[in-house]
Amino acid sequence: MLKYFAKRLVLGLVTIWFIASATFFGMHAVPGDPLAGDKAVTAQIRANLAAKYGLDKPLGTQYLIYLGNIAKGDFGISYTQENRRVNDIIREHFPISATLGILAIVFAGLGGVLWGALTALYRNRWPDVVIMFLVILGISVPSFVVAAISQWSLVGLNVAAGTTVLPIGGWGSVWHMLVPALVLGLSTMAYLTRLMRSSMLEVVSTDYIRTAKAKGLPATQIFSRHQLRNAILPVITVLGPAIAGITTGGFVVEIVFAIPGLGRYFVQAIQQLDYTVIMGTTVFYGAFLVFMVILVDLLYGLVDPRVRVDQ
Amino acid sequence: MLALTKNTSPNRQLAKFFIIAFAGVAALMLTLHYAGRALSGGSSDVSAVDEAANSISILLRDEPPQLDSSRATDAISGMVLGHVMEGLVRMGLDSRLEGAVAKDWEVTPTTATFWLRDNAKWNDGQPVTAADFIFAWQTALKPETASEYAFLLFAIKKAEAVNKGELPSSALGVNAPDPYTLVIELERPVPFFDKMLVFPTFYPIREDFYAATNGRFGADADQLLYNGPFQISRWVHGSSMTFERNPHFWNQDEIHLDTIHVPYITSDGTASLNFFKDGRIASTGLQAENLTEAMRMGWQIRQHRDGTVFFLEFNHRPERLTDNLNLRRAVQRVLDMEEMVYKVTKLPGYEPGVSLFPGWLMGVSAPLREEHPPQKVVPDLTAAKGYLAAAMQELNLTEPPELVLLAGDNPISNIQSEWVQQSLKAKLGIDVKIDKQIFKQRLAKMTSGDFDLVLAGWGPDYNDPLTFGDLFASWNKNNRGRYNSAALDALIEIAQTRLEPAVRMRAFGDIQQHLIENAVLLPMYERGVTYVVDPRIRQLKRRVIGPDPDVSRAYIDSSGE
Amino acid sequence: MSTTDLTPADFQQLQSGAAAAQTPRPSLSYWADAWRRLRANPRAMISMSLIVFLLAFVSIGPGLWRVDPAAQDLDQIGIGPGADRQVTLAEPFQQWQPSISDIALADNPLGLTLAMPANTQAVRLIWSEQVPQQQPQQTRYRLYRNLFAPKDTGSFGLPLAVVDRSWFEDRLDLQPGTYHYTLVALDADGAETASAVTQAVDVIRVISIAEARQRGLLDAKETAELGQSLELAWHPLGTDYLGRDMLARLMYGGQVSLFIGIFAPLAFVLLGVIYGSVSGFLGGVTDQAMMRFADFVVALPFLLFMILFKVIFGIGPGESGIWPMLVAMIILLWPAPARLVRGQILQIREEGYVSASRLLGGTTSYVVGRHMLPNTLGVILVTMTFQVPSAIFTEAFLSFIGMGVAPPTPSWGAMCNEGIKSMLTRPHELLFPAMLISITVLAFNLLGDGLRDALDARMRGSE
Repeated sequence: MLKYFAKRLVLGLVTIWFIASATFFGMHAVPGDPLAGDKAVTAQIRANLAAKYGLDKPLGTQYLIYLGNIAKGDFGISYTQENRRVNDIIREHFPISATLGILAIVFAGLGGVLWGALTALYRNRWPDVVIMFLVILGISVPSFVVAAISQWSLVGLNVAAGTTVLPIGGWGSVWHMLVPALVLGLSTMAYLTRLMRSSMLEVVSTDYIRTAKAKGLPATQIFSRHQLRNAILPVITVLGPAIAGITTGGFVVEIVFAIPGLGRYFVQAIQQLDYTVIMGTTVFYGAFLVFMVILVDLLYGLVDPRVRVDQ
Repeated sequence: MLALTKNTSPNRQLAKFFIIAFAGVAALMLTLHYAGRALSGGSSDVSAVDEAANSISILLRDEPPQLDSSRATDAISGMVLGHVMEGLVRMGLDSRLEGAVAKDWEVTPTTATFWLRDNAKWNDGQPVTAADFIFAWQTALKPETASEYAFLLFAIKKAEAVNKGELPSSALGVNAPDPYTLVIELERPVPFFDKMLVFPTFYPIREDFYAATNGRFGADADQLLYNGPFQISRWVHGSSMTFERNPHFWNQDEIHLDTIHVPYITSDGTASLNFFKDGRIASTGLQAENLTEAMRMGWQIRQHRDGTVFFLEFNHRPERLTDNLNLRRAVQRVLDMEEMVYKVTKLPGYEPGVSLFPGWLMGVSAPLREEHPPQKVVPDLTAAKGYLAAAMQELNLTEPPELVLLAGDNPISNIQSEWVQQSLKAKLGIDVKIDKQIFKQRLAKMTSGDFDLVLAGWGPDYNDPLTFGDLFASWNKNNRGRYNSAALDALIEIAQTRLEPAVRMRAFGDIQQHLIENAVLLPMYERGVTYVVDPRIRQLKRRVIGPDPDVSRAYIDSSGE
Repeated sequence: MSTTDLTPADFQQLQSGAAAAQTPRPSLSYWADAWRRLRANPRAMISMSLIVFLLAFVSIGPGLWRVDPAAQDLDQIGIGPGADRQVTLAEPFQQWQPSISDIALADNPLGLTLAMPANTQAVRLIWSEQVPQQQPQQTRYRLYRNLFAPKDTGSFGLPLAVVDRSWFEDRLDLQPGTYHYTLVALDADGAETASAVTQAVDVIRVISIAEARQRGLLDAKETAELGQSLELAWHPLGTDYLGRDMLARLMYGGQVSLFIGIFAPLAFVLLGVIYGSVSGFLGGVTDQAMMRFADFVVALPFLLFMILFKVIFGIGPGESGIWPMLVAMIILLWPAPARLVRGQILQIREEGYVSASRLLGGTTSYVVGRHMLPNTLGVILVTMTFQVPSAIFTEAFLSFIGMGVAPPTPSWGAMCNEGIKSMLTRPHELLFPAMLISITVLAFNLLGDGLRDALDARMRGSE
């Protein structure tokens, strides 16, 4: 068990190295000058800037320095926010993206299980039809359209109520998170609902449910002990990738709702060719994903006795 | 399955699950609420105008990269710094130059002398002295600072040599005979030297504080010392800022607000309109799409021309087709900038381009463009076709050429480049390939000359026509198309070195004529800003030079609502 | 069970040697069986016909609706479906040199008067040079325009200009309809005074004869006279912000979106299948190494690298940017199908029929081609179908953050992104592309469901 996780950890580190290298060489292959500004500068000033960011050294040396710094957990200084360290940017803005992501996952997970169970119970009756219709909408409308429309509806709601029912953007309190998190979690929720529904229906036709019924167990017990618990398992497996997708996929919501998360910084950094911020965020997110996957594997082993991690 | 749906117990079970889940979510959200507070430092729910707290809220399009005035280049840093710092002089509400830290000054062809007021203070109560200005300027010129705007200081004696690292910064031609007198030796006569001083690069920096920040000067609210009407009390990166009245500011009478909130930082036009509609911010810009909505809501719509000129620049490098004058003239005669402004951009306040020199620049006594009216280029398809035929003959082409149009990746330049493409295709049969690039790649391509046409813009750095006039000088690095003409260089030389206003203005008039005649560039439009303001706010000032918008002197008056 | 009336004859003994009544089930191949089950699934069939319709819309559509998607109809910008197309022939636009003395001023405090009949080329207003109770040198005015009758002071609408003369020509984005112009006199400081006059102006749409001929609204020979009424070009689904035909743009935009949506999954699934089957078939150290590499690629944060790759590959002048997007997707997304196929191959490799085939002398390529791949094809097909929606969404997302296809290439995602900005005033610009994206995504999802059910071996022969 321990050995297995040690192995996973080592592999994880190698993966991070791979991500770091891919980003580094990829970014240096981008045509364009990260030091160029709106106004042309003299060769002297440009040389000073290059020296400041170590761009005057050969690429190989830069790469080694970069790897060394990553090993120390230092991502350097931003090119565009000249006096800010990338570590500070990540430290200040990642928690915001993560909070939003966690809430979105919770909404998606709980909503998915609930609606999925409901639709299975009311198969082909009106709750099923209504929920599945909403699910279809959730799956098939692009997220930026959903985000824009929900913000617009919020404004309408506030104007109609004559007071702020819910803030339409920004960050600070839980009320700011509510709608963005719902929008962010919507497609995952829809996906999980579908999964839960089919999983529930599959479980109903299994032998152990039939046995339980035959034994005369009360329906309540069958539902909670056997049906729900077994049906949830496949939902948990997809949660890992879903967490990854949601935490990195918050760009749209962050842009529309003016939320100061890390995603917005990444998009800006790309446009500005801010090398250090691009590398910092990619490596950080990469590392985050790698460890989330390991964590979910561990969790799955705990929940499902059939899976033993030390196999 | 059937048995299950008939039984109601699972529903009860589900309801129980529902309740537990709901309680769980509520608990989680409460935790996040407090965690979020701790993380972001509070809520951004402030009103657009709060009369009781004497505060207003505005929105920033982007966050200032940093607030080190010696290195600031962008408009947003300029706006923030303009509220929290003060230079020697400033632009008053009537857009005339007035004393700020300096109570009086005198500019001669060789020196400029400034007498500082003795009651100007930093926000820690210490006086602002001449030494603070000297230190700031020396810092901006130091090679290791690598300030992009160091060139603005080149009017000062030995500044260029200091910037190149040839001389130590102490050699700079500024000195302080006493703490409240600043004497500047000028490298060459600069008739508009005092007007340049409103720029952030000229703001003071105090040496002991700068040293204590350890390279993080201006990176955070507490890493900056303020001498302006406001001080930044809170700066949550990417999220919000709060400016509070600076109790040590010398001119308290002019300042009315206690607090200015910046609750949101977003460049999304729809989001900022929504914030305004929701009563969260006091002013927002309008896009053409939102005008109907603004009129329906009965908002106070205003407009402002921000002083920037946008143009289509040709590549004049000899290997490019656009080096051919007749080809440039064909393009010049076919693009109807009025059509673009009135039907494509569709925003009031935009003025179809007629000259590189925007209309607000002053000549000797009246606007430059009234004293030297630009020759009007009337779109003429027949003439354009004639020029194209001549160009094709000179270039040995049988088909109309193919041109590359370099453009940025923002929506406005998308629309404009699509319009240019379609106009040239439909009217002259010239195929235009749009090369849409992100900011830094576009700059790199402009510098290396990898384009035929490029959508470019130029904003003023100081209040003199020269800030536009020397743009196409052969030695100017910002002349991305590498236009090289001895005749034009000679005219620019006159404008730069002569002192008599009439001679200089005539030179600018001639430069304007030269640029139009040789189709060096095609002015597209002067940019306007259409915006709405909460009617309770007075003296919100929009400017061409200086912080824009400027709410430092604003006040709340809900009587005339 | 149906009831049949039995007769004694039914109980008679059969003669030996007589042919036994044969009721064999027709032998069904795997694919025929799957197809039968898919056909029985109405949702799958509906979604399949939707997909066929969409493909026809983008491929045959442009042949039927021959309108250039780049042509800009600047007289009809952002019009909705079914908008009025009436246009009147008028003189071509000419610079206006007002001779104010020739025109009788209207009887209002500032003498605000419409100088000429207003049309979409220009609205020309003049007013009295002298303002009562004001010094002559202080006569500056601000002119406003409003779509609604202004109710109170301070919100007269859109400020058009501040002028120090007594005439103004408005040419800004004039649409047929009624405008309310308000003229306000300014005091010496530029502040608005109480003297303000509002005048309603009806604007009609006009076009010059030369322009009408150029656009093919009039034949070259056809005679036309001023004031004659014509109809502008027809745009069944309206136009966009540059007056381009929405229907044509939806067709061409669909080509881009569907191309990326279908070809990207096709390509990366194919790559994944090859990689996965080679890895699974070879096994051992090679398999380990190959799968480790796939793990690395999986670990790359998708959207971040998608954006990064888009920038690295860049878009050259005049290129649409479809290929960089496609290549980036292929590079990033092949490992998932590769893992899937490898797993299947590993499983199948141990099956009895594979061993049997080998014993009977089947070569490696025969075994792979005849047994292994066909048996994994179902899984691959389902994966591919489900990847289509996510590829289409990825394209739309990239367009949203401004990194999608380059202009003037349309795509549904880019059109949505443009449409969002004018969502309130011109909803059709968002609605149509968003609906097409939704329909496509939905159709492929439902088809995927249907395929999965149909190809599921456990369900074979059931239902």
